Amino acid sequence: MKVSFFSTCLVDQLFPQVGASAVRLLRRLGVEVDCDPRQTCCGQPAFNTGYASEARKVVSHFIRVYRDVETIVVPSGSCAAMIKCHMLDIFPEGSPQYQEVVAIASRTFELSDFLVSELGVVETGARFSGTVTYHDSCHQLRELGISEQPRTLIRGVEGIQFVEMKNSTRCCGFGGTFSVKFPDISAELGRDKLRWIQESKAEYVIANDVSCLMHLDGLLKRERIPVETMHLAELLVK
Amino acid sequence: MNRIKIDVASALADRRLQATLFPALQRSVESRDEAVSEVENWEELRDYGRRVKLHTLEKLPFYLEKLEKNVVGHGGKVLWAESGEDAVRMILTIARERAVRKVVKSKTMLGEEIHLNQGLLKGGLEVIETDLGEYIVQLCDEMPSHIVTPALHKSRHDVAELFEAKLGMEPTDDVAKLTLTARNVLRRHFLEADLGISGVNFGVAETGTIVVVENEGNARLSTSLPRVHIALMGIEKVIPRTVDLSVLLKLLTRSATGQRLTSYVNLISGPKREGELDGPEEFFLILVDNGRSQIYEDQFLRQTLTCIRCGACQNICPVFQRLGGHAYGTVYQGPIGSILTPQMFPIAAVEEHPFASSLCGACEETCPVKIEIPKILLRLRQQVQEARNHGIQRFRPERIGMLMWAWVVSSSRRYAIASRWLRRLQSVLFRNGRFRPAVPPVSAWQKDRDVPGLAPKRFREYRESEGAEH
Repeated sequence: MKVSFFSTCLVDQLFPQVGASAVRLLRRLGVEVDCDPRQTCCGQPAFNTGYASEARKVVSHFIRVYRDVETIVVPSGSCAAMIKCHMLDIFPEGSPQYQEVVAIASRTFELSDFLVSELGVVETGARFSGTVTYHDSCHQLRELGISEQPRTLIRGVEGIQFVEMKNSTRCCGFGGTFSVKFPDISAELGRDKLRWIQESKAEYVIANDVSCLMHLDGLLKRERIPVETMHLAELLVK
Repeated sequence: MNRIKIDVASALADRRLQATLFPALQRSVESRDEAVSEVENWEELRDYGRRVKLHTLEKLPFYLEKLEKNVVGHGGKVLWAESGEDAVRMILTIARERAVRKVVKSKTMLGEEIHLNQGLLKGGLEVIETDLGEYIVQLCDEMPSHIVTPALHKSRHDVAELFEAKLGMEPTDDVAKLTLTARNVLRRHFLEADLGISGVNFGVAETGTIVVVENEGNARLSTSLPRVHIALMGIEKVIPRTVDLSVLLKLLTRSATGQRLTSYVNLISGPKREGELDGPEEFFLILVDNGRSQIYEDQFLRQTLTCIRCGACQNICPVFQRLGGHAYGTVYQGPIGSILTPQMFPIAAVEEHPFASSLCGACEETCPVKIEIPKILLRLRQQVQEARNHGIQRFRPERIGMLMWAWVVSSSRRYAIASRWLRRLQSVLFRNGRFRPAVPPVSAWQKDRDVPGLAPKRFREYRESEGAEH
């Protein structure tokens, strides 16, 4: 099996270790991984802020990079949802780009979904001693319907303590440009989440989106709460 | 044009509100979830509800005329109001011709939308809200803060203080005593009123029946005791048949209050007939457009009109759970308000509202008729940005930022160059999780959160340094 890995811009710029972990994980499971050096972003920041033509520009570049690829794997529910559920909305139905997006969308997989649903993986061979909880990122959960796959993989880690937190499906408050347009609500919602994470007694909070984790980690650090954030891919190569 | 700003600061600073709001809404969500879990084919019902409402919208003129014909057949009168002002004027005329002095109202969000109370007061009428929540809100001269539970923002203690001040009641926190007091006051008004005004949950075209769902019996009294009853109905509330009603009622009550059925479901077909003892002498149905046909124009946005006003999206919305209704400054608040209001008014007046969402999608997930609220918000965001694109506004920092960003990330070469330059910039400005000085949007971010900062090495370089081959 050969896949092309779309790291996403946030991983590329801010959390390269997450991308590196994901690639190592895939290779460990026997997947041949290619990372196209031309990749940039899925266009979501512009699209979610109402800048359709700017989003179109970025997505056009994305299409150029990924049009000939058989399988695309993304370590983010949100970016995968942008590709699978929203890219279509910015091109007129029936246009050549629309057709290309339809094809690309059907070949794109969020990482945990790819591992569990496509490869049938349950255990990745990871070992980790620590108590973790899982945060459902919104787009992964509600747009892609992925909820069990990451949990299956977490449970498959040897030596791990997995506890569900209260309200794991409630938004962490990040919301892309929402977090800077309404920073006070965003932070308030994030602090709600921190409370539930702390109540769960977990030492680590796991999610499949570095955007949620960046927001939560920023709050945890500012509030000096000793809980660490970790992307699922990082956990699965431990 | 008055711009409505969302008042985040006051809502978050209001300790009383923050203490009552979230627990109350969580209870609503829990009872909704429980009620829904009893229904095996809930998803099928949602699909059915959505299809019925969309179908009705497609053939709206047909069903409205059918409804009109059948209401007239029952001896009712039907009036068509293009705007809110028209509707208010019609009601005032009816009241004046019949020497009405006192009006009792049961809950109608449409009434709020068209500022009916203010209109009636200006026309010299006495108006009494009879839904307990609405009555509380009226006593403090406020707006409802939720579609279904208008006094959501009030604790029992707030109500006790209010009743003490306005009704001269002995101080008490006993809910039973509070409601009994309201009941005694309201009963007198019911008996004295000449006109009752109600909203409409559904108008069944096939039978000419309007349906009013409630829990307190106040709608039944408002629509049957006074000699005249006026029902205010948005044109999107028509449904084809009684069988459709059975599904939509199930969807509505379980989603709204977690009830299998509300305590009262009033099916009203015209005024009192010969030989009947109860009911008004005259019945009017006012069909109100007030911007709805504008929403109807767009094939995609049209689904906004399928809303059955259950308030479930408000209950589940994380943003609403923190802000409450009043912060939005509009009649319809929360997710449904943020898609409805911008479509009914000039969008620039409420341009903040479509952005007041993290796009988490909980609203769509809970919506009994599956309105794609996040997608509609996205479309409205585009409309807001397009509407801004003239004059000096074209050079707004956000747009310039987006243009530059899109130019950079749509080319791998420019992206690589920018990545290097940003790292140089960061090495000068970034220390210990903060940029100094910081400009928006970074400053907004780091007020409450540390900033991760760009990684020293990008993904590709990072992997090279790890010794990975490509």
